[in-house]
Amino acid sequence: MYRYTDFDAAFVAERNRQFRAQVERRIDGSLTEDEFKPLRLMNGLYLQLHAYMLRVAIPYGTLNSAQMRQLAYLAERWDKGYGHFTTRQNIQFNWPALRDVPDMLDALAEVGMHAIQTSGNTIRNVTADHFAGAAADEIADPRPVAELLRQSSTDHPEFQFLPRKFKIAVTGAPNDRAVTAAHDLALRIVTRDGEIGYQVLVGGGLGRTPMIGKVIAAFVPQADLLPYVEAVVSVWNLLGRRDNKYKSRIKITVHEHGIDEIRRLVEARFAETRAAFDGTDLALFDEIRAAFAPPALTEAPTEAFDRAYAADPVFRSWADTNLSAHRAPGHAIVQVSLKAHGATPGDATAAQMRVLADIAERFGHDELRISHEQNVILPHIRKADLPEIHAILKPNGLATANIGLISDIIACPGMDYCALATARSIPIAQQIATRFDELKLEHEIGELKIKISGCINACGHHHVGHIGILGLDRAGVENYQITLGGDHTETASLGDRTGPGFSAEEIIPAIERLVEAYLAHRSSPEESFLESYRRLGMAPFKEALYGAADGKNARAA
Amino acid sequence: MPRRFTPKVVTANALLEGDVVYLTARDAWSRKLSEAEILTDEAHAQLRLVEASRRQDEVVGVYLADMDAGPDGPEPVHFREEFRRTGPSNYAHGKQADL
Ligand code: SF4
Repeated sequence: MYRYTDFDAAFVAERNRQFRAQVERRIDGSLTEDEFKPLRLMNGLYLQLHAYMLRVAIPYGTLNSAQMRQLAYLAERWDKGYGHFTTRQNIQFNWPALRDVPDMLDALAEVGMHAIQTSGNTIRNVTADHFAGAAADEIADPRPVAELLRQSSTDHPEFQFLPRKFKIAVTGAPNDRAVTAAHDLALRIVTRDGEIGYQVLVGGGLGRTPMIGKVIAAFVPQADLLPYVEAVVSVWNLLGRRDNKYKSRIKITVHEHGIDEIRRLVEARFAETRAAFDGTDLALFDEIRAAFAPPALTEAPTEAFDRAYAADPVFRSWADTNLSAHRAPGHAIVQVSLKAHGATPGDATAAQMRVLADIAERFGHDELRISHEQNVILPHIRKADLPEIHAILKPNGLATANIGLISDIIACPGMDYCALATARSIPIAQQIATRFDELKLEHEIGELKIKISGCINACGHHHVGHIGILGLDRAGVENYQITLGGDHTETASLGDRTGPGFSAEEIIPAIERLVEAYLAHRSSPEESFLESYRRLGMAPFKEALYGAADGKNARAA
Repeated sequence: MPRRFTPKVVTANALLEGDVVYLTARDAWSRKLSEAEILTDEAHAQLRLVEASRRQDEVVGVYLADMDAGPDGPEPVHFREEFRRTGPSNYAHGKQADL
């Protein structure tokens, strides 16, 4: 795993020292809130509905066991015993007191973690495929380049006051698990004549004006990557709309100027940025890549797995649902669901974090990942160890066999925590999961991704959910709008609105009707919800939601 | 006839803990909405808002929230204020724990 240098540690320590002094000055009254707010945001500290919230970066979603244990310690010592993993592979603590935050940041620094650039108009935490370094379909590990970008963008003097936030995602596999098309900038590792390089997309994003990213460069070689990314950010930094925050993201810049014009400007700027790079970045990249060398995996017999698989239906169901193909024989990637039916999506207690840290240390080469789908991944597990791991997960509420199923819901914090929310999302997720668990239908339904956001900002990725749910405030009442047919993968698409929204009471039965319609209309059990929707279109689903007449009957207000 | 003024309370978050607080008639910050001063006159409400906004070393984000004047004190008009008064619905980790 990548280790931060003394330089990095000194930088973080200095930042923490400054912030401690800023907190003191806020408390003693020498700083006003207007002066303090930008400073606290630079250090990941928000003020939410009921309390402060500290957002901690988990670069490219990768953690070791010591870091996971430290997160557990923070949760217990300074929060209410849990943390919330987010769609940006970060963790949020919902209840810190202002005075404690400098201590929390120091405790994080002990394990090489921090909250820098988790807020503000900067380049944010770079996200990556949560199967990085393990997936069978991978061309190259996306994390070295994500780390290179993290280093170059942290405190980058040109990029501290961008028109708006800037999010980068990287995938090293053709199967896009990192939602790259919904990012301001996306890098997809590709090969050309045996050489590894990057396809670059810009202008993706969800939120108020959702857009799928457009290809700006089909192939950028490694040697050009950093200057090319800098050229993109630099062009947007000048062109981006600072007059209107709804138009400031690069997706609008690309939309307003056209991808061809942006490409031309980026290429012109690239001629300048390229000249400023002397190869230091490439030497650094090689060093970083060496630090991400895969663990030595030894093939082991899988009899123990086969025996448990044959004998134990609970284990079998979990294995069928929560395991993915590893590139090394005899190994598997384990997804540990943080979506127990009725639980808050993405929340883990301190005890659960410690269990996961222990498993990673004992069985998993000390590696853990957080997925944008708010689950925890054990990337390198010998199949032979799976029965034992499953037995440890089970009593800790971590063995739910639902990855990719209807109860594996992404939900943002919504109005239970978020100051920007227009409605709640967590209770809707809890109720859907509980309902379909009661019906015992979810394995029959198969792959179905529900994603819920509590406002138009779309942190819950609702636009790219097979079923998306957006919570709104309609005349002082929570109202939930449904979209269908969204897709976050390499075949990315934005969902289509079904029609009028539903009240909090109506939304669960509405989802049930949608699923019934799918089960009735699918061509075979192999045809997924998304495939059915693509084949059939909106009509049968609309009818299920609103009735046969004209799609506008009294069922929805 | 002038539009009827919706009663208000002055609310904010406590600087140190972030807790939702309400301004009482005796100029204290209370965690309980039932103890908040209900403001039924627009000019008076504005005055209380301006006064409260000066108390930067105690609170953050002061604003006026719409309320109905109920028999047991102010009752939120909007669901957001209802959640602020009680806490999150997924755990009893907010104020509902001590109410
Ligand atoms: S989508 Fe809206 S409600 Fe949900 S976390 Fe983002 S800003 Fe908050």
